[in-house]
This record gives sequence, C-alpha cells and structure tokens, in this order.
Amino acid sequence: MSDAFVELKNLTLSYDNSVAVPALDLAINEGELITLLGPSGCGKTTTMRAIAGLLSPTSGIIHIDGRDVTRVPANKRGIGLVFQSYALFPHLNAFENVAFGLRLQKLPDADIRSRTAEGLETVGLAGFDKRRPSEMSGGQQQRLALARSLVMRPKVLLLDEPLSNLDARLRLEMRTELQRVQKETGVTMVFVTHDQAEALALADRIVLMKAGRIEQLGTPAELYSRPRTAFAADFMGFENIFHTSGDTLVSSFGRLPVGYTAPSALLAWRPDAVTVGTGPHTGTITASSFAGGHREYVLQTPLGPLRADAPIAVAQVPIGQQISFDLPHQNARALAE
Amino acid sequence: MRHLANWSILGLTLLFLIGPFVIIILAGTSAGNNLAFPPEGMSMKWYLKVFTIESFRTSFALSMALAVFGTLAALVMGIPAAYALNRYDLPGAETVRTIVAAPIIVPGIIIGLALLRYMVVPLDVTVTMALFMAHTALVLPYAVRVVSSSMQNLRVDMEEAAVLLGCSRMQAFTKVVLPNIRSGVLAAFILGFVTSFNQVPVSLFLSGPGVRTLPIDMLAYMEITFDPSIAALSALLAFMSLAIVFIAERLLGFSKYV
Repeated sequence: MSDAFVELKNLTLSYDNSVAVPALDLAINEGELITLLGPSGCGKTTTMRAIAGLLSPTSGIIHIDGRDVTRVPANKRGIGLVFQSYALFPHLNAFENVAFGLRLQKLPDADIRSRTAEGLETVGLAGFDKRRPSEMSGGQQQRLALARSLVMRPKVLLLDEPLSNLDARLRLEMRTELQRVQKETGVTMVFVTHDQAEALALADRIVLMKAGRIEQLGTPAELYSRPRTAFAADFMGFENIFHTSGDTLVSSFGRLPVGYTAPSALLAWRPDAVTVGTGPHTGTITASSFAGGHREYVLQTPLGPLRADAPIAVAQVPIGQQISFDLPHQNARALAE
Repeated sequence: MRHLANWSILGLTLLFLIGPFVIIILAGTSAGNNLAFPPEGMSMKWYLKVFTIESFRTSFALSMALAVFGTLAALVMGIPAAYALNRYDLPGAETVRTIVAAPIIVPGIIIGLALLRYMVVPLDVTVTMALFMAHTALVLPYAVRVVSSSMQNLRVDMEEAAVLLGCSRMQAFTKVVLPNIRSGVLAAFILGFVTSFNQVPVSLFLSGPGVRTLPIDMLAYMEITFDPSIAALSALLAFMSLAIVFIAERLLGFSKYV
C-alpha cells in the first residue's frame, strides 16, 4: 500500500456496456492540485464521478485516505464536487445553500452559523447571505458553489470544468482565486478541464487522458516542454508534427528533405520553434495575423500548412509572398509513435 | 368593412363565452318561482335558499371531499410517476404516458359505464369508494403532466450535489426536488380539484341512492323542481372556480403550467 491520499487501482468504468475507462491506475498525494485534462469523451469526467461515488466502477478499487471506499455511497464519502453548472439550490438563499450540508449533519446552530459565515468569507461573498442564486452573477454563483463544498471540509474537492461558463476575464480571476483557496485550505483538489492553458496554470500535476487511458502524467513544465506522444504534443501546442523517414520529413501532403537524420519516428515544432525569414526551404504565406509580441504566419509548404511565429522585429511579409523557413532539429521535440 | 367583420366575430365569440354565465347569474336573482330569463323582478332569495336545501349540502360535502382527497391521492401517485418518467430511461415509459393520459382522451361516459359494469357491479365496491377511485383516476393525468412540466427544468446535478453534501436519495427528493416543483404541484392540485369538482359523466354512472356529487344532485333536482335556485347555485359554483383560479394565477402564475 503506497502512501498516496487518493488511489485508483485498476479502475474500469462503463456506461451501457461500453467501456469508458479501462483499467486506470492513478495516485494523488494529499494537498495536491491535480488536473484531469483531455478532449471531451476522454473519460475525465467519468473518472471524477467514480471518485465522487456517483458512478459505480465495473471493477477496480478506490482508496481515499487509507480506506477502501469503492462500495461506500456518495453521501458517506466526504467528497466535495463543484459542478460545471454549479448545481446551486434555487429555492435557498446563499447562506442556506452553504449551510445545507452542515444542517444535514445536525450541528449546533451556532456552529452552522459561524462555519457558513466563514465559508462565504473565504470565497469573498461575505454579506451576500440573503441573495438567491438567481440574483447572483456567474462568478458569484461559482464562488457560492465552491463555498458550499468547502464548508463540509471534504477530504477531496472535485471540480468539473468549473470555469467553462465564465467569460475570459473572470476565468483568469477565478483561476487565481482557486489557487489561493487551495493553498489556504490545503484541500486535495481534482480539477477536470479540457483547456490546456487552465491545466498548465493551475495544476501541481497534470493527468493527460485519451480514450479512457492516461496518455501522460507529469508537472505542467514536463508536459509543456517534453510531451511524449503526438497526442500530448498536439494538446500542448506543438502544432507542426511530422513523420520522419531518414533525413526526410513526411506528411500526408508530401515530403521535405531536411538534411539531418531524424532521431525518432515523429518530430514536432511549436510555431515559435520554426525559423522564418532565413533557411533552406521556401513556402508561400497564406495567412498572417498580428499577435502582440509576435506575428503568426501560416505557410503553404511541401509538407502542407505550417504554423510559424515570427518576432515582430522581422519585417512583415504580405500574404501570397514566398518566404524562406527552417525546421531546425535542435528546436524539435522527438516523439514516440 | 373588414374592420367591422373582425369586431363582429370578436363580439359574437365573447357573447357565446360569457353570455350564458351572465344569464345564469341574473336568472338566479329572479323574484319569481320559475327559472326564466329575463328574470321576473329582483331578489336574493334563491341565492339564500340554495344553502337551506339539505341534499345540496350533503352532495356539496361529497364533491368537496372527492375533489380534495381524490386530487391528493392522484398527486401521491402522480409525483413519483412524473419523477420516474423524467429521470429514468424506463422501458415502456411511452406506454405509461399513454395510459396515464387515457382518461383525458376517452369520453367520460365510456369510463363511467366501464367502471360501473366491470368494477362496481361485479366487485361490489361501495358507491363512495367507486367515486373516489374514479375521480382519482380522472385527475391523475393532470397530476402527472403538470408536475412533469415543472420537473423538466430541474437539473439532475442539483440532486447529485445534495447527495454529495450528505443527503440520501429520499432526502435529496424532499429537500431539493419537492421545494423546486412546489408551484407545479399546487397548480396540479388546483387543476385537479376543479376537474374533479365539475365532473359529470363518470359520476352520473357511479352515483347511487343517497350518494351523489353536487353536479349530479343538481341534475336530479332540476328534473323535479324548475326554480331559479339551480341558477343561483350554478352562479355560486362558477364564482368559486373563478376565485380559485384567480388566486392561483396571482400566487403562482398558474397559466404557465396549463
């Protein structure tokens, strides 16, 4: 038995006879913020629901805090869940929403009062006691849902795409807010998202999932700079991924001899790893857009469209013009098939 | 010309809708002894007389009891049914919906005859019991439909949230689902109450000696006595229904459920 706080062993989850997650193993440390990242249908939400107890596993074991909870019903697991839709109770005001779980525990009234007030305070909603959820903004509802889960002092707090219904500015604000709350309370968090920027910004560790399996697990820095597979690389912004054959890059559009022997079956470049303006190859610019610190080009090349970022210092080249470029091997990320 | 035609159609429609109601109210205020319009003189004596007729009092009590308890019984069955139909992908759900809707579609006279011939007579059910069962069945479709429509906007994850906060499934239902469909349940109750109270054809078959609902009692009364008290009573009942619907509309915006 390892010392992991949450441990999923050989967890298999199915819906209507189709397996959504086959044999998943995952260990989460106490106080860690882990994100389950992946496209829709990758099994991240299913996994989260199994941890919460809302879905019974077909097989496998779930340990939380040293206890086998695989068959423990959801209302006895001591796990919090912040839903994507927040799932607030519309017939109750903010105070009663937060106090809901405490009242079920039949705590003394004074305790309920103080813990609820403290919970509202933690998420910056002090003074909102009497508001109904319908009278609150999206961000406030989000905070309320967070407070409602936090006051229960859950062993694990699960968050299901909690920021996806907020606008961009609020999303950034809530991101920082979540990190602050996590540091303050020390609660173990499992954060489900399909947004890689969100995962990179928040997580202690990222679990990248694909078709119910873990594609790669690591710190944000590891995943960002050293993705192991084409799927992981694509998710982490390596937009130019090509097969190799000796000293030639190969895509479905064509081939491009590069003059060095490729170290692996796949090579990937981020747009900013592509050199534009100089180099042995030429392409035609088909799209160009200003992105503040740099300019984003799409080049038509023998390998098909190539995404390349040029520093703003490089003179702008109009669409339709030829430009020279290079795919330097020292900037490439070697990937497994 | 077109304008005139439009107004005439509108006027005629209103006349047909509201006219009988006005005639009944006024006929009840007659000072004469025959049900007639225009009334012969003015008096409130028939409105007062209604309250002194013993059989009206007992049949009113029966109709009230049937409407209240029949509707409550229909809700006790209808709310769980609506919940199950909404939440679970049940085999045969469509069949259940159709069966539940049947009392709305099948003519009351057929239901009444069927219940009399195949339940009351062979099973020797008491008249009161038969009426209660029939009224419950007649109200059930409204209970299921109206409650269903208010449940449709209720997200499943709210119940899951309640469960994760420590509720059992039953507690999640009573603490989260019920409070949020409360106005739908009240609307169903009122609709059921009015439907049951005004029910004629089924009750006609099932009413027995000494046990009659108010509308049936009124029919029986009219066969013997043709005085304005029947108009007065009808007007009073119409006012009662109006008052209930008006209060419901004020309190819950009743019309959005029906």
